[in-house]
Amino acid sequence: MWKYLLRRSAYALFTVWVISLISFAVIQLPPGDYVSDLVNDLRAQAGEVSPEWEQRMREIYGFDDPFLVQYFKWMRNILTKGQFGYSFYYKRDAVEMITERLPMSFALSFLSTMFVWVVALPIGFYSAVHKYSIADYFASFMGFFGMAIPNFLLALIVLYLTYKYMGQAVIGLFSAEYASAAWSWGKLLDLMKHVWVPMVIIGISSTAGLIRTMRANLLDELNKPYVETARAKGLSETRLLIKYPLRHALNPFVSTLGWMLPSLVSGETIVSMVLNLPTSGPILYRALIQQDQYVAAGFILMLSTLTVVGTFISDLLLAWVDPRIRLQQ
Amino acid sequence: MEHTANDTLDFHETTEESLKLEVASQWQLMWWKFRKHKLAVISGIIVILFYVVALFCEFFSPTVPTTYLDVYATAPPQRLRLFLDGKWFPHVTGYRGERDPVSFRKTWEIDYSTYIPVGLFVHGDPYKLWGLIPGDLHLIGPKNPGDPFYLMGADMIGRDVFGRLIYSSRISLTVGLVGMVISLSFGILLGGISGLVGGAVDNIIQRIIEILMSIPTLPVWLSLAAVVPIDWPALRVYFMISIILSLISWTGMARVVRSKFLALREEDFVMAAMLDGCSRGRLIMRHMLPSFLSHIIASITLWIPGLILGETALSFLGLGLRPPVVSWGVMLQDTQKVAVIARYPWLLAPGGAVFIIVLTLNFLGDGLRDAADPY
Repeated sequence: MWKYLLRRSAYALFTVWVISLISFAVIQLPPGDYVSDLVNDLRAQAGEVSPEWEQRMREIYGFDDPFLVQYFKWMRNILTKGQFGYSFYYKRDAVEMITERLPMSFALSFLSTMFVWVVALPIGFYSAVHKYSIADYFASFMGFFGMAIPNFLLALIVLYLTYKYMGQAVIGLFSAEYASAAWSWGKLLDLMKHVWVPMVIIGISSTAGLIRTMRANLLDELNKPYVETARAKGLSETRLLIKYPLRHALNPFVSTLGWMLPSLVSGETIVSMVLNLPTSGPILYRALIQQDQYVAAGFILMLSTLTVVGTFISDLLLAWVDPRIRLQQ
Repeated sequence: MEHTANDTLDFHETTEESLKLEVASQWQLMWWKFRKHKLAVISGIIVILFYVVALFCEFFSPTVPTTYLDVYATAPPQRLRLFLDGKWFPHVTGYRGERDPVSFRKTWEIDYSTYIPVGLFVHGDPYKLWGLIPGDLHLIGPKNPGDPFYLMGADMIGRDVFGRLIYSSRISLTVGLVGMVISLSFGILLGGISGLVGGAVDNIIQRIIEILMSIPTLPVWLSLAAVVPIDWPALRVYFMISIILSLISWTGMARVVRSKFLALREEDFVMAAMLDGCSRGRLIMRHMLPSFLSHIIASITLWIPGLILGETALSFLGLGLRPPVVSWGVMLQDTQKVAVIARYPWLLAPGGAVFIIVLTLNFLGDGLRDAADPY
């Protein structure tokens, strides 16, 4: 078990390192940098900007250093000082923005995961046990429905419907009076009132996928001899189901977290932009458009790291739940 | 002949018919099995229809996407009626626009006194089919060119949403295909190497795939798409977006191919071919590929929807394809503001198209996957 744990964590660390490299490289790709944007802006407003000044700005920001040097400096600051660099666009520390927005993204992804589990478990279980019943067909159909509708479109439709029938669109996570207030019980309650809409929208496509996985897995188990044996020795149907096949079929719940998290985080990013939620989505989008490289790289790095950590936890959980994996090595 | 064979699969076991079953080729068996999956067959027909419309979009669209009648900006959808006073007279009713004196917003009323005759195979906006063959024939349209004809309403500057929807299908549906070809080549190449060579190479490729899979796709797509220069020509942007979309999605394909290779490597016929001294290329192309081609086709069908959704999401955010190229995502850009959707909900129509194609591709892929292993 310890060996497995060690191997997995080394592996997760390596993944995060590669991701940091990728996110920094991606941000470096666009032609030009913040200084050229700045120069363009200044030219548009005031006229002439001397090339010497432009050169000096580049030197100050270190944009002329080779890629690896820039990457090394960036990483060193993150690791030793917890600094992600400076946002040129917002004129503040990137780390401030990340700590402001990322917990919300995390909370929303977490809640969506919970929603997916809570909904997919009973439905998947029911459709497998009552195979080819009307409810099963309905669940399958809803599953396909949830998979086929792009989540941002669903968000738009929800916006439209709530605007039309409630007179006000559900935008944001807080009511106006709490939006910039400090945390309090009132604010938390207010969050509870708003959060379920994005939670459902983000979770719906993963729910669809998980219902299908759950159903297929359970169907495989239901035909196995041990179920037949249990039935033959006179175990009641409910006890039998809960005691044996259900435990087996629970495995995908833990193991699918690995692929569910990236898609949940992706969904969270775009749904937040549509619904204008105070999470990382909108700010990442603006940072990318404005070539605000440290903010963008910081967010991509942190979002990906979150996913890797989530997958890592799911691997550990899986090893804990399933002795076959734990004892394999 | 096919009918009887289909019955054989179901009930009858007469010798003559079971003989037919035994001599049937692999593809024939698959087709028989696929045909039983009604939903998949219907979906397949719808998918083919979509692609046919996309192929001849100039003909199926009542207008060309650049035509606009600014007097009719934001006009609501018209209903197509086939009869007038009990007589055959396909038509739509005209509009009467009024400007609200307070908000200056244009409000539309249906004008029941004017009729716009509609016909099939009418002459309208001139176009060039595939940019080559000139023509002006449209499947459906107003008999007098220039009359307002908005089956799905008009957009903010008075362009026909229905016509643009049809033109968009060409872009939106093929972005998935182009992306698919790219990720398929990547997937088969790396998955094949991984499955055939095994050992350390396999290990490295698998680790790379796992790393790529653990990155949330959208932020990476966004940052890559933000890199595409604004002044690039439309075609280049189109290919760039396809490449970006396939950069991450090849990993799934590589996994499928690898697992198939691993399973096939143990098969006797592969061993036999190897002992016969087949070269590696011949072994793959002649012996292994045909036996998992069907699985690949099924996987492709299940992967294309993801690419279509990806393109739509990117273009919707303004980071994918850009006007004057029309795709479903580009059309949906107009709906980013709540106020716009609330007033002109018909602008969400491209979303409906995305929904239908993704749904039917999923059903089709499911049917194909079930049929891929007919034994």
